[in-house]
Amino acid sequence: MNTRTRGPVRAGQYAALLCYLVFLAFPLLWLISTAFKPAQELASLHPTWIPEHPTLGNFRQAFDEQPLVRAAGNSLVAALSTAVIAVVIATPLAYVMARTRGRLAAAATGWVVVSQAFPFVLLIIPLFLVLKNLRLINSVPGLVMVYVVWSLPFALWMLVGYVRAVPAELEEAASVDGAGRLRTLVSVTAPLLVPGIVATALFAFITAWNEFFFALVLLKSPEKQTLPVVLTHFLGAEGVADLGPLAAAAFLATLPSLVVFAVIQRRITGGMLAGAVKS
Amino acid sequence: MPLRRAAVALVVLALLLTGCSGGREPHDGRITLRFQSLAWQDESVQVNKELVAEWNAAHPDIRVEYVQGSWDSVHDQLLTSFEGGEAPDIIHDASDDLADFAYGGYLADLRPLLPARLRDDIPRSSWDTTTFGGGDGGGDGDRDGGGVYGVPFLQEPRVLIADKKVLDASGVRVPTPDKPWSWPEFRRVGKELTAFMGPGKHAVAWPLKEPVSATLNLGLSTGGRLFHRGADGKVTVRFTDGDAVVPETVRAQVNTDGSASGATLGMGGSDTLPGLFGGLYAMVPLGFSYRQQIIQQAPDGFEWTVLPAPAGDDGGLAQGVSPQTLSVAEDSPYKKEAVRFIDFLLQPSNMVRLAKGDWMLPTGTRALADPSLHTAKDGWATGAALARDLRSAPAQSVRGYPEWKDKVATPALQEYYSGAIGRKELEKRLVKDGNLVLARYQR
Repeated sequence: MNTRTRGPVRAGQYAALLCYLVFLAFPLLWLISTAFKPAQELASLHPTWIPEHPTLGNFRQAFDEQPLVRAAGNSLVAALSTAVIAVVIATPLAYVMARTRGRLAAAATGWVVVSQAFPFVLLIIPLFLVLKNLRLINSVPGLVMVYVVWSLPFALWMLVGYVRAVPAELEEAASVDGAGRLRTLVSVTAPLLVPGIVATALFAFITAWNEFFFALVLLKSPEKQTLPVVLTHFLGAEGVADLGPLAAAAFLATLPSLVVFAVIQRRITGGMLAGAVKS
Repeated sequence: MPLRRAAVALVVLALLLTGCSGGREPHDGRITLRFQSLAWQDESVQVNKELVAEWNAAHPDIRVEYVQGSWDSVHDQLLTSFEGGEAPDIIHDASDDLADFAYGGYLADLRPLLPARLRDDIPRSSWDTTTFGGGDGGGDGDRDGGGVYGVPFLQEPRVLIADKKVLDASGVRVPTPDKPWSWPEFRRVGKELTAFMGPGKHAVAWPLKEPVSATLNLGLSTGGRLFHRGADGKVTVRFTDGDAVVPETVRAQVNTDGSASGATLGMGGSDTLPGLFGGLYAMVPLGFSYRQQIIQQAPDGFEWTVLPAPAGDDGGLAQGVSPQTLSVAEDSPYKKEAVRFIDFLLQPSNMVRLAKGDWMLPTGTRALADPSLHTAKDGWATGAALARDLRSAPAQSVRGYPEWKDKVATPALQEYYSGAIGRKELEKRLVKDGNLVLARYQR
């Protein structure tokens, strides 16, 4: 491409990027706008981006009507536990799968792929029965167990890619220098895997944070319900919604994900690049 | 083959685990009942919680635990709970969702448990909505051996919510429950109103995103039934002139008269409210409970009124409804206690509180007679006057109805209303394709 055509192409690329960003941001911005609008503005024939009479009434009503803080606490416990456990289990497994060439590794990889093909509505009843007999229905640990099992295949798949991106030659060099297997893993491989582990943990966290159906079915007591389940309490029959409080509560529910992303964004980016580079 | 041995071990472990059984034992002789409520509006949740607290204060030996459910997901959640033996003891749902659970044996037959007071207080037409398994599948309830699987307690007719100023200024006759519009008059008035309102505006906004239940339920007023049960108990679809009046009126309003907006055909009820408030439409056919949203969202100075839906030639205001219901899980070891709680919850004065909380009508005749439900304010009197003509929705107990609705009727009616197909094609699809679907469920 010559210099005369490079300018317009670059401008086009930026324009496309801008459109994409606007497209991505639209639902979130509209959600925020809705959360601050009074009921009459929500039913206006000419909706505005900026609320004309912004109000915190929807937030007050949302907190008054539903136990959002308790539900957020339950969600946080479930999501953090899921992320930690999933990473702890997936990391060594991914290492084995990435470094081993054999029938077991091939079978495990195959299972990871196949397991993603089951719609969870097929699994829920057997799962429910098993958890019931383990007395894990209506308990956050039971829910975490389901989330870990559910997110593990994909977490494993992600991490295998990151492990493969770490050159085996580095480990061989450490071995030549006299480091043992464990020392090599801890001092050489693990630090290089940190971005991948963070990205995987984030994936598991968000998956669990947003999950609705398992939480709905498995948690019976109101005090144990998670945030996505409590959000549906703002919905009535035939899709009627208490829109203002729903938007306010939904906006609050997106905040933890946004904060986590903001805090560890650089590490995620690094992780993605690490997974993408071939040695 | 270590892999195979591991797989066998896993299967055996899973079978062992699922073979174990958990039990529900009362603690300290005190029974705890779980009541899953679908109340969602603030006032309604408050009333439900208050009533549970009142019960618990008066019955220390039978404690009721209030559990909040959600309309959005109740069917899947209940199905899973039933399969897992963990269903709530007392279940709040809508009657049109009960058929699968009743036929599946998940719900208790309440006939031997219901107190006479409750049985006599609720009209036969309401009990029909929760009676399944008899010779006519719900039409005659006890009389032909069907079981009663829920207590219908709240219902809402479809009404016309209208812009009062536009209506009054236009000079058209304003209908009342005693002297409603007929369907042809409704069409005529629609044309007059549209001409009065000026270009770009319409007399009516039909929110027909889900066109089937609105069409079928309003069709009762003109003698439409669509589903006909034969002597062998099998249901077939027939499309008569009575079935055609409502769809033909809507289609003509949208495509011939221009008195109804084509844009709202794909909308839900809430989506049409900004247009009503903004003066784009004069009337919107909506459920009675939408009044709560209108009170919340209407701009200052917006005057609205509640009108009865159009009537058939004989002036009959019959329309189908699927009331909200309270059922008891078949697996509950405390069915008698659960029905005692339902009886308490549905005492006439409590039913009035529940009805007001949900902006609906109670099914109980004594509750319905309460003066507070007959005030002109917020259209209560108009709704209460319609209650006597409410009937079981035509599709209430038809097995295969959900598939017929989704695969056949919804697309056919949507195309018909938009003008893409004519009556012959609509009839062909509803009847011919529809009967093929229903036949699969009735072999």
